[in-house]
Amino acid sequence: MANSSRASARVEAQGRGDKSQGGLGAGDGRRAAPPLALADVPAEVLVGYYRQMKLVRAFELRASEMYTKAKIGGYCHLNLGEEATVVGLMAALRPTDYLFTTYREHGYALARGAPPGRVMAELFGKATGSSRGWGGSMHLFDASLRLMGGYGIVGGQIPPATGAALAIAYRSGPGPDSEAVMCLMGDGTTNIGAFHESLNLAALWRLPIVYVIVNNGLGMGTPVDQASAEPELYKRGCAYRMPGARVDGCDVLAVRQAAEAALSAARNDRQPSILEAVSYRLRGHSVVDPARYRPKEEAERLRSLDPVPAFRARLVQAGVMDEARAAQVDAEADEAVADAVRFAEDSPFPDPSQLFDHAYATAVPNAPSYLPGDPLPA
Amino acid sequence: MAEMTYRQALHDTLRAEMLRDEAVFLMGEEIGVFEGSYKITAGLLAEFGPRRVRDAPISEEGFVGAAVGAAMLGLRPVVEIMTLNFSLLAIDQIVNHAAKIHAMFGGQASVPLVVRTPGGGGQQLAATHSQNIEVYYAHMPGLKVVAPATPADAKGLLAAAVRDDDPVMVVENLALYNTRGEVPDGDYVAELGRAKVVKEGTDITVVSYSRGALVALEVAGRLEAEGISAEVVDLRSLRPLDRPTICASVRKTTRAVVLEDDWLSYGVGAEVAATIQEGAFGYLDAPVRRVAAAEVPLPYSKPLESAALPSAAALLKVAHETLDATGFPR
Repeated sequence: MANSSRASARVEAQGRGDKSQGGLGAGDGRRAAPPLALADVPAEVLVGYYRQMKLVRAFELRASEMYTKAKIGGYCHLNLGEEATVVGLMAALRPTDYLFTTYREHGYALARGAPPGRVMAELFGKATGSSRGWGGSMHLFDASLRLMGGYGIVGGQIPPATGAALAIAYRSGPGPDSEAVMCLMGDGTTNIGAFHESLNLAALWRLPIVYVIVNNGLGMGTPVDQASAEPELYKRGCAYRMPGARVDGCDVLAVRQAAEAALSAARNDRQPSILEAVSYRLRGHSVVDPARYRPKEEAERLRSLDPVPAFRARLVQAGVMDEARAAQVDAEADEAVADAVRFAEDSPFPDPSQLFDHAYATAVPNAPSYLPGDPLPA
Repeated sequence: MAEMTYRQALHDTLRAEMLRDEAVFLMGEEIGVFEGSYKITAGLLAEFGPRRVRDAPISEEGFVGAAVGAAMLGLRPVVEIMTLNFSLLAIDQIVNHAAKIHAMFGGQASVPLVVRTPGGGGQQLAATHSQNIEVYYAHMPGLKVVAPATPADAKGLLAAAVRDDDPVMVVENLALYNTRGEVPDGDYVAELGRAKVVKEGTDITVVSYSRGALVALEVAGRLEAEGISAEVVDLRSLRPLDRPTICASVRKTTRAVVLEDDWLSYGVGAEVAATIQEGAFGYLDAPVRRVAAAEVPLPYSKPLESAALPSAAALLKVAHETLDATGFPR
């Protein structure tokens, strides 16, 4: 499903059921706007996008390696193949916006500006990690970046993200300077109840939020059209009169443009919407998944669409950067990730004496702080 | 001090907290126009408007989760879930999110959320509407769970919950809404995490909470008439559990009975009994007994329902048996 769609237009949009409305509502120019071309974007910005995509790629490859070396525990889900989606979405987001993500979120944290060392340290379970070693791969958090968490329960982030948008609307009115929320999820998530309850609330209360569905075609091993009765996921808001759009998740500029339009509608018109980025996973569901359910030809076809070398070639071909510059960016990404691994290696583990430090935000009498085998307070 | 109902105490506290802090807002099903299924929020929509008294559609997971997110951004949502039973529809947001977010993100975020919801059987509401499942939440690190028994505690514990930076479940009780009691005037905030000896005694300790605490006091009165001095400990807070107060009482009385409206197996009484046997074993003159609900889905028909629920008579009988087991003269 995901793959057949990529041949179609870069952005498809569906209105609120009111044909005169169209797209994301009047005035946002979503349908009218021509696709963003390389020439529309300053060269340094484009190189910056490539730098971020390459950083995510390099980081994830090293994370995979570190996982197999048992430096990383638990589950480890990678953004390999999704780099254009990751960087395009983060480019559209302002520092004042809030981001709620899934458990496949290393790349989002990096593209949002989290220091790679802190992200890698979190994967290593170190005290210097993004969540001080409490969250791991699935639960990165950075208040200063308004990265409000990776969430391990599929779709668990959707109601809180909706509530964050409620908090924004509670405090201030719409307008170009309004904060907004971006809530990420995977394709499989659109089948859970919390997704539908949240869409209903956001549409009913007109909340400044964009629900981004990163559709990589597979919920673990299940194809989208075997899990969702409406496999064109951007249409799943229609019961809530919520507009949706689908964008080629391998095109960083198209993703950025579509996300900006959706965020603009959220800011200015309090119009929540769905943005479906059709993307793919270069590898399995998690590091330990060999993805044997994917036909060989399909895997090869997907590799040919790999957005990182594609964007590199596009920039070189257009003369935005020459081969030497590209090679330098590649080297810098590898170096940044090597530094991140060193930082993670050198960082201390949290001390077991800190086990109860985050039990509660407000101290309370009789808070349990006994270890296994300790006598109970009496 | 003013005498008022438990319902009035909750209402007045919500109103006072909303007046005190602009970040406090209410959200729930039918709390605005309908003024609440049990009228706790009566008049508040008219006074504060729909921004601060937000009627939510029937979608517990959605609006409880939305309250979690609003709390992460610094608001202080007080959510009403129509009854404790329906909290099961929101349990992923309460247990996997509200309870986890502070620790899981290394202390960088907090969730100052209050979930108010009444439990309680005995209203002929049958199996799905009569459950006392407070232990589901009392089991969870990261949550605070209180179950006030009196109008004074309804005020003090709710105010404390609203001002606390952690998610707090305030488990109310359908059978208590119309009960009356003295309530301290002005800004009265109780301490979370503390039990209270609500009647002192020397011969036997009865540990209970919520509706059960009132039954325990009634039974203590009857024992008093027989010349038996019973001490009553009202837990008030189920998480954290005030183990030292329980043990101190039993060290004095040497006997204990727990009265709980939840089901016996794995219930509050099990935790209290384990606490006592570990913390006051050498002082015990008799096994700790529990008086809890019969382990069936609660039936509708009145004789069946009454038979299933713990009663004053059952507590009195078990108190007598506990005293008799130690040769207590009576």
